[in-house]
Amino acid sequence: MNLILRMPKKALFVMFFLFAFLSINVILFIYNMASIPDIILYFLTFLSVYVQVFFLVTFLDNRKKIITRNGCNKLSKYPKVTILVPAWNEEKTIYKTIRSILDLNYPKDKIKIFLINDGSTDKTWNVISKFTKFPNVSVFNKENGGKYTALNLGLEHVETDFLGCLDADSVVDRDSLVRIMSYFEKDPTVMAVAPSIIAVNSKNFIQKAQEAEYFLAVYMKKMLGFLGAIHVTPGPFTIFRKKVFDDLGPYKHAHNTEDMEIAYRMQKNNYKIEQCNDAYVYTNTPISVVKLYKQRVRWIYGSINNTIDYRGLIFKKKYGNFSFFTLPMIIISFVAVCYILGKIAYNFIDFLFSKITQFEVIGFHLSNKMNFFDPFFINTQSLFFISLILYALVLFSIILGRKMANDKNNYILGIFYYFIIFTIIGPFWLFKATYNTIFSRKPAWR
Amino acid sequence: MEQNNYIDWKKYLIVFLITVTLFLSASYIGNYFSNKKVDQLKLIQDKISIDILSSETQFSLLSELSCKNISDSVISGELGDLGSKLEWGQENLGMTDTVLYLKKYYSLLEIKDYLLTKNISTRCKTKSAFILYFYTTAENCSECEKQGLVLSALRDRYGELRVYSFDYSIDLSAVKSMLQIYKIEDTKLPALVIDEEVLTGFHGIDELESMIKESFKLQETKSGEVVPSENTTKKI
Repeated sequence: MNLILRMPKKALFVMFFLFAFLSINVILFIYNMASIPDIILYFLTFLSVYVQVFFLVTFLDNRKKIITRNGCNKLSKYPKVTILVPAWNEEKTIYKTIRSILDLNYPKDKIKIFLINDGSTDKTWNVISKFTKFPNVSVFNKENGGKYTALNLGLEHVETDFLGCLDADSVVDRDSLVRIMSYFEKDPTVMAVAPSIIAVNSKNFIQKAQEAEYFLAVYMKKMLGFLGAIHVTPGPFTIFRKKVFDDLGPYKHAHNTEDMEIAYRMQKNNYKIEQCNDAYVYTNTPISVVKLYKQRVRWIYGSINNTIDYRGLIFKKKYGNFSFFTLPMIIISFVAVCYILGKIAYNFIDFLFSKITQFEVIGFHLSNKMNFFDPFFINTQSLFFISLILYALVLFSIILGRKMANDKNNYILGIFYYFIIFTIIGPFWLFKATYNTIFSRKPAWR
Repeated sequence: MEQNNYIDWKKYLIVFLITVTLFLSASYIGNYFSNKKVDQLKLIQDKISIDILSSETQFSLLSELSCKNISDSVISGELGDLGSKLEWGQENLGMTDTVLYLKKYYSLLEIKDYLLTKNISTRCKTKSAFILYFYTTAENCSECEKQGLVLSALRDRYGELRVYSFDYSIDLSAVKSMLQIYKIEDTKLPALVIDEEVLTGFHGIDELESMIKESFKLQETKSGEVVPSENTTKKI
């Protein structure tokens, strides 16, 4: 026992996982199911359940700290904040975005707004120009160079201690800024605070599915915040201390996911990122499968490549939970989803093939002997129950996320669509992002 | 205020233990239901066994019974149901010792049913329509899968047709004797015995249909009609 206690924690950690792997194997051997694909499947499922249980335990540990405020809270001091709005062909949405910043429940003289036109080819510049009459609005026009270049142009002119960005397809809630700033006031070591992003204006089932997914993200981000392990500071309305950019440098291209890279860079330097669950930013989600697919290929491509770029951070004690939980979680989710979805696709093709064979051999034939309602034929393998547990944990997370985001809309169908759509289309963007990574192809922004 | 790089190792351990507990519970529940299913299979087999024993006893008392009564009573309709359940069990519960044992028992029941039917048809001067079907699970036999589909379709179409299927690779002396009698070789699988004639390799539905129509003078079962007999072609 003493020997175990004296071992370095990292070694203990590795031992746990080895022990986990071995114990699963023993169970599988006992039940005589230990084919190699099965072992891989069980192992990945084990890790996926581990991740969800980790979130749940974190939630139970910190549930009293989660507050959802109604109405406006007061700060002892209102620091000056600059909001950067980079825009590329956003003529339809940018007006509302800018209006929402102007309407923020925060002293007007404490907010500066930088509207940056990144070489739009539509009427974005015309819309932006109309706001020059406001004393706290500055406008910039530049050639198209990508979102990070627009942000960096803004950064060069920032003179306030705090700054944030708001994507031109999003709208911020009136009380969000003051709620976010309360986190900085409470804890001087906090370097960035991310908001809760809520999907709105859902017109079809694809957007409704994303609503549920965004609730899940609210929950996960909050838990990662408690762990000091947030891996993305989203474009819509994350507020930073200017010190972050002074110390760590400006935004980078970062495979078109600069909001993820800056979070990775902050974690590398032990800069604390929090999540303010009751600061809401409303965003428009892709309306069609093709648009969603393109967005996800970009996100996942960025996720894979940023993780590869920062691979040196994994399993290093000095980087905390980000190193031991977030990064492995990203890798596990990627591998597990690829493998499980690959297996489902394989089984489906196998099933189709057997049906084609059946059609070739005997034509269309419906057996009158098989009793589909006999409970004997219900799958009761242990993996079935484990999958149920996993689904229940994810479902619970979505419900908690919604509660944290204080949403009142009907979302039951959204959860149903979420499970269906992300299972069916998910493999395509995963494989495309992997393909792009392997063959070094950069996905388009839109 | 917690440091950003603080790691609570105890939490990692607790989560690990919870996850293991969840996995063990799921395995326990899965195992519980598997055992229930195996018990269910055993129960069906016992029932069939009693049915066959009862039929054999009736057969011994043939002089006191009319042939018509016997041919109605020997039919063991649950043999087909057992076949599909065993096949499902093998795929989903794994080829455990218990499943293997059940499969052997099932083969024996098939042989007993086959012998009894044959004896009755000799004694009563009737012609029973049955096919013996040999396949293998030891190697990937796509022809066997196709043959199984054809036989299932035929059995659905002709209610009186009985199909007895045997796994070539099963380690059971009674099945081995059957293989010897009909000189079945593993290189020529799938193999069928129709009206004492041995056919090897895959045979399409049209070919077999004309053969059984000719040999057994079978009538197609109309949909909705109560099927008097049932057996299995399931590959188990």
